[in-house]
Amino acid sequence: MSHKFISIEGIARRFPARGGGTTTVFEDLWLSMQRGEFTCLIGHSGCGKTTVLNILAGLDAPSAGTVIVDNEAIEGPSLDRAVIFQTHALLPWRTVMGNVAYAVASKWRKWSSARVRERAQKFIDLVGLSGAEGKRPAELSGGMKQRVGIARALSIEPKIMLMDEPFSALDALTRGTLQDEVRRICQETGQTVFMITHDVDEAIYLADRIVLMTNGPGALIAEIVENPLPKQRARTDVHRHPLYYAVRNHIIDFLVARSKTFAREMCGRYDPRSVPVVKPGVADAITAVPGAVPLEVMHRRPGPAAVLSGPGSAAHR
Amino acid sequence: MSTPLSLRAAVVSVLMLLAFVAVWHAGTRSVANVQPMDPEYAKLMGVTATQGKSAMPGPLDVGEKIWEHLSRPFYDNGPNDKGLGNQLGYSLGRVLMGYLLAVLVAIPTGFLIGMSPLMSRALDPFIQVLKPISPLAWMPLALYTIKDSGWSAIFVIFICSLWPMLINTAFGVATVRREWINVARTLEVGTARRAFTIVLPAAAPTILTGMRISIGIAWLVIVAAEMLVGGTGIGYFVWNEWNNLSISNVITAILLIGLVGMALDLILARMTRLVTFPE
Repeated sequence: MSHKFISIEGIARRFPARGGGTTTVFEDLWLSMQRGEFTCLIGHSGCGKTTVLNILAGLDAPSAGTVIVDNEAIEGPSLDRAVIFQTHALLPWRTVMGNVAYAVASKWRKWSSARVRERAQKFIDLVGLSGAEGKRPAELSGGMKQRVGIARALSIEPKIMLMDEPFSALDALTRGTLQDEVRRICQETGQTVFMITHDVDEAIYLADRIVLMTNGPGALIAEIVENPLPKQRARTDVHRHPLYYAVRNHIIDFLVARSKTFAREMCGRYDPRSVPVVKPGVADAITAVPGAVPLEVMHRRPGPAAVLSGPGSAAHR
Repeated sequence: MSTPLSLRAAVVSVLMLLAFVAVWHAGTRSVANVQPMDPEYAKLMGVTATQGKSAMPGPLDVGEKIWEHLSRPFYDNGPNDKGLGNQLGYSLGRVLMGYLLAVLVAIPTGFLIGMSPLMSRALDPFIQVLKPISPLAWMPLALYTIKDSGWSAIFVIFICSLWPMLINTAFGVATVRREWINVARTLEVGTARRAFTIVLPAAAPTILTGMRISIGIAWLVIVAAEMLVGGTGIGYFVWNEWNNLSISNVITAILLIGLVGMALDLILARMTRLVTFPE
């Protein structure tokens, strides 16, 4: 935590509930991210993941607390924070080029149209859509649409890219290819990314840190899982890494059981400002706050023997 | 079975038309029994009484009339005798004038209503009360205040084409997909640029649909309005020919009103298709 590039400081989101009172989606949420880091947020539907992302994007305002990005408190949406929407949100009356150029021209308002097109073309090429510039979104497949969304987000050189389940609407093959592309591009450009996902394998493949959120209402950040896998990893053999199933089982255990009981388990020992950091499969790298280690983390941490027996033994497959 | 559906439909249409014309022709044949009458008296009577001709013109009479009008569409022999082209020109001029004025008012107002929930609530009661008023009910008030029959007719067209455009624009603007608005917001696009680059293209199909409904209503209303204000126009022509008891002219005018209305609708339909985007 040397330099907090992005710092979520005690944010809460409450909605007026039907029949008076308020519904608290989450309360007193703290999280920080470093420059160039890829963070995934995992949690069940309705835990407020998208609300966190919308607050980061500036599309939604927190009921309390602030978010600081690069030493500036955010006030509304900004070109510094590009959003890749789950539904890709392309403008259907514009072509691929038109959609990307719209973003470029919004960032650099004084640029000539030739210069705007040149930059848009560069990012269309980057996501592998060369030749489809003149097509409209309706003529594209789901994967191609999301590529346009990625090109649009990258083209404005954002400080952070916010992705809201960007691949959930895609078929498995397309999803895999796009994950590779996103990983490649983010590594090449050193892009800081905050991504919401349901997909545990996707999180393990892409993220440096995986943030686990408990069930809402009143959701908490339960743990931050440091990805123990090497930075250089390929989708084709990432699941053969000895620590892969340690991480995977840890996250799935959390989602299946602990996400429901976590709040009760902690009963007062939980400190939202220093959430336990775990590195499954790696001994002695458990937590930032020793007193706050949930016992379950200790017990359930799979030993290396279980891990080495290979994918076939994965109980949660 | 290989014949395309459109061709088969066209054949059926033509057959139906021929059947209609045949029935019409048969129904308006001359009746044989003519009472012998005093020649002096016969001079006072029309051809129906003297020659047994049907009081209703047959397809041939009407066809002849149409040919007459088509071969000489533009002439002006004074207030009661103008070419059908001239009359249609007057009507179209009024419709376009009133309609364009309505476009200029309805689309910006619709944007305001669609973008501002406050204005939407505030203006709603007025729209709900004004919308169901028959446009012709405004005529006396228009004549009294504007003091010009031509402009009064234009005002009536304005008021009748206003509502569908206003309501459709407001609806189209208010229902622009949230995600498109969010795209503009995350790109820090200002309100004016957002209105033109996101809201307008997104709402354009709905707006154009409103404009298409409006032009149809305007063309319906102009005939009635011109019957009231008189002087010129296709509505006046119909009423004038009714006073002249020239049923052939009335039928010709009815046919033309239908054709022009169809043409106006087709133009707007084409324009709607231009702004419609597949999703």
